[in-house]
Amino acid sequence: MVTSSFDYFAPTTLDEATSLLSRYRGEAKVLAGGHSLIPMMKLRLAEPGILVDIGQIDGLSYIREDGDGVSIGSMTTYREMATSSVIQSRYPLLADASSKVADLQVRNRGTIGGSLAHSDPAGDIPAVVLAIGGSVVARTRRSSREIAIDRFQVDLLTTALHDNEIITEIKLPSLAAGTGTAYSKFHNPASHYAITGVAAVVTISGGVCTEARVAVTGAGDKATRARRTERILRGKELTPAVIRRAAERAAAEVEDTLNEDIHATAEYRVHMTQVHAVKAIEAAVAAAG
Amino acid sequence: MAVTTFGESVKRTEDPRLITGRGKYVDDIRLSGMAHMAFVRSPYGHANIKNIDTSAALDSPGVIAVFTGADLQEELGGLPVGWMLPDLKQPPHPPLAFETVRYLGDAVAVVVADTAYQATDAAGLVEVDYEVLPAVVNAEAATKDGAPQLHQEAPNNVGFDWEVAGGDYAEAIKDPDVIVVKERIVNQRLIPNSMETRGVVADYDAGKGNITLYTSTQIPHLVKLLFSLVTGWPEQKVRVVAPDVGGGFGSKLYLYAEEVVAGIVARQVKRPVKWIESRSEAYVSTAHGRDHICDAEIAGKKDGEIVGIKVNLYANLGAYLSTFAPLIPTYLFGLMLGGVYKMPNVECKVHGVFTNTTPVDAYRGAGRPEAAYLVERMVSRFAQEIGRDPIAVRRKNMLAAHKNGRAVTTGVMYDSGDYKANLNKALEIFDYPAFRKEQREARREGKLLGVGISTYIEICGMAPSAVASSLGAGAGLWESSNVRLHPTGKATIYIGTSPHGQGHETTMAQLVSSEIGIPIEDVEVLHGDTDQGQFGTGTFGSRSLAVGGAALFNSLQKVKAKTHRLASHLLEADPKFVTFENGTFSVEDIPDKTLTIQEVAGQAYAAANLPPGMEPGLEEVSFFDPQNFAWPNGTHLCVVEIDPDSGQVKVQRYVAVDDFGNVLNPMIVDGMTHGGVAQGIGQALSEQAVYSDDGQLLSGSLMDYALPSADMFPMMELDRTVTPSPSNPIGVKGAGEAGTIAASPAVMNAVIDALAHLGVKHMDMPATSEKVWRAIEDAKEARRAARSAARARG
Repeated sequence: MVTSSFDYFAPTTLDEATSLLSRYRGEAKVLAGGHSLIPMMKLRLAEPGILVDIGQIDGLSYIREDGDGVSIGSMTTYREMATSSVIQSRYPLLADASSKVADLQVRNRGTIGGSLAHSDPAGDIPAVVLAIGGSVVARTRRSSREIAIDRFQVDLLTTALHDNEIITEIKLPSLAAGTGTAYSKFHNPASHYAITGVAAVVTISGGVCTEARVAVTGAGDKATRARRTERILRGKELTPAVIRRAAERAAAEVEDTLNEDIHATAEYRVHMTQVHAVKAIEAAVAAAG
Repeated sequence: MAVTTFGESVKRTEDPRLITGRGKYVDDIRLSGMAHMAFVRSPYGHANIKNIDTSAALDSPGVIAVFTGADLQEELGGLPVGWMLPDLKQPPHPPLAFETVRYLGDAVAVVVADTAYQATDAAGLVEVDYEVLPAVVNAEAATKDGAPQLHQEAPNNVGFDWEVAGGDYAEAIKDPDVIVVKERIVNQRLIPNSMETRGVVADYDAGKGNITLYTSTQIPHLVKLLFSLVTGWPEQKVRVVAPDVGGGFGSKLYLYAEEVVAGIVARQVKRPVKWIESRSEAYVSTAHGRDHICDAEIAGKKDGEIVGIKVNLYANLGAYLSTFAPLIPTYLFGLMLGGVYKMPNVECKVHGVFTNTTPVDAYRGAGRPEAAYLVERMVSRFAQEIGRDPIAVRRKNMLAAHKNGRAVTTGVMYDSGDYKANLNKALEIFDYPAFRKEQREARREGKLLGVGISTYIEICGMAPSAVASSLGAGAGLWESSNVRLHPTGKATIYIGTSPHGQGHETTMAQLVSSEIGIPIEDVEVLHGDTDQGQFGTGTFGSRSLAVGGAALFNSLQKVKAKTHRLASHLLEADPKFVTFENGTFSVEDIPDKTLTIQEVAGQAYAAANLPPGMEPGLEEVSFFDPQNFAWPNGTHLCVVEIDPDSGQVKVQRYVAVDDFGNVLNPMIVDGMTHGGVAQGIGQALSEQAVYSDDGQLLSGSLMDYALPSADMFPMMELDRTVTPSPSNPIGVKGAGEAGTIAASPAVMNAVIDALAHLGVKHMDMPATSEKVWRAIEDAKEARRAARSAARARG
């Protein structure tokens, strides 16, 4: 397939890029790694008249320890996150999830900013960042704002981002001592997107779970916190029985928007979400060790 | 400079070119003034075309012309069928539909523009007014009363009814000791995915009235013949070139609509035109494979003796008859229902059925994978029913070894084979008792391990032309070769079969080198250009070496005979005392009297001193028509582990022992086996074409059609037995399809074996995670229900 025709801009500064977005507001799409947008354009599911390629802008690809937390430039690729010692040691689930996205070619091109902005219902990164917490920094021509990750994913393929904004950075908070993380995914055998994926960030103190953030992707219309699961985990000693009980509620928040396709019925997605919630939480608890 | 031998793993000489991007595929062909075509295709499974408005497309930038099916109805003719069956219904198959579209992707118009982008954009502007009709996609449902009708020529959508029988199955099952096991076996539809999609460049020479088609095909010579027949274009003015072809798996074995349209459109617009199929387009416009719904019975006794098999098959033909569609589910399926077993009674009925889907034709294995899957699944199903080991049951029923012809119940003659030797060798490599012990221990730990076996046989080396013709073939199935030794002793050989990944350039050159002792580097292999090379039927059915290689071998014998005579003359020796070894002629007992074949070749052209009556030059042609098919066979064993939580199946181990007859290049044969097995595992575990009831293809891209990937395979353990085939002078069988034929039943038998203790008896392919998980859950539920029923009774 070939895309429909479009005008292409490759600005070298953020100011230039955000100006283009303002000028062609509603018509322009931002092109980052291109591994979600280009396939949609080739199938003509997306036919933007203007593409603003932000790949030529210096300074959007970095992993930086800032104060307590870590800041990741929006053009940082999956491959860079998967192989970063900072990410591997501080957010092992992000490194692990990044290493499991599609194949190496995609991981060399696809970016954290692109993944979050696209908000594919089966993307890995939205759930992982949701479980870690933190925020997305978005800029327009005139201003910049920070959007808490819990308010970022709005709906199917829809985020809180305005169409004149570009994600410049993702800020991740420092994780408390005694925190373990894990991401467990069951992938579609064709596309390798998540049929379901569960990200878990669990803090254990004195043998008891003091904080838990669990997020689910693939099962519903967007990456979603499994708050009922989290509530069951908090304040308890995480025995296998408690984990299993908590995991049984992992799909509760997405049950109204369950996906169903030729690869997995809704019922199977719920089941596999529970299975992978157990795996992710158990692994996170073990890592919290 | 190396002289190679028969049986040596010579590295593929075409690979440096192909893997460094220096191959030349259809899309690499760029001709001066070349325009581009894009097809407008039906978005519906079944609809009448009420009107087509091309005006907006014609006004689009760069557009040269737009043609609808009605515009070209006369010039295009109808696509042909290359295999006849008694009472075969042959509804017209227009290359561009003009009244009714019958499947998603049926082409209705073609746009020609300066660039591919302009053509694609303009194709989107062609407005077709459709009246949507009810559709049917399931072959069995299509035969029922009230089903939507595709063609007036085929009432109830039945294209043919065909049957084969041997023995008397009905009589055999009257024996009160005979147990009959019935199962519905579905062999799902598959979508071929060659790395290179199809494509064609048509170059019209207005001065001479000649047309050249560069097309990605397995059958350049048949494309030439069929194109000429369909369009009335004089055959001597048609040239077809298959350049490098990046895979086909059978899907490039037909004359396609786009090839015909390209030739006619090039003449209309008086410019070369190109069309390159996108992957999405390939999914709807290139022939699919398999799609069988089968009611099967196997009958036998408690001691394991099998007395017969009975099959009633609904074979989905798709919307039209593709070139070889009538052959695949009939002869290539029904004749194989005896497997490697005595199988004294066989009864098979096949209903070929039109549906609102992409036409179905040969796909790697073509009929034999469907047959082997059915037979091997049913034999294991029977063993499970009578509580016997599937290997013991196979051994009890297996044919004895034979070297030269063994008639079987379906009426065919197997060539050579030692089926028990394959089985024994495979079991020895595998260590079956150790596995059963491991399996028992694993079950105690709640793990699900299973072993599957398939002891397959297949029919290849197509074919004795007289036999094929009597069964319905529209063309002879021989091959030919031309060996030209140049004055310098270098060789150019012209072969009729052309490769699409098989490595002909290596293996054919290797055969030349090993026969006449010239270095392999001195051999140029030419193929695929109908103006240049020998006529041939093409590359399919694992036939290139068994038929084409045999033709080459025979030409080489003629070269040897002529050079021997000439060398003897030049050496002034009685031919009886002249020997030929390693490319050198010597006279017995006179060590310094020698001539190399290169020197003799030079003399053949110098023609200064030829024996009386010998013509100058050194060029020999042979046509080879085999007396019988070739019949590869073997034993494959597979271990799977199933994750009880997800139902996910992982292949842990794969052992294959195959009898391919003599093996020219073991490395290439191993590679074919690896690829074939991978494709069979893909069918068993992940691949499936899914249509909605109204004819939309739900698995319409690689995002939804699950091709297997490397992480699904263990390192395969390959070994061989050798019973040389008496069907050709080099004793080879065929290796291209065997892996695919053997693997899917081996894997599915392993899946069922892993779940058998839960009460699972059958599952259709693909064994997706959800399907296996449901089988486990259903089995648990059934056991719970049985327990509570027992409690209620007790």
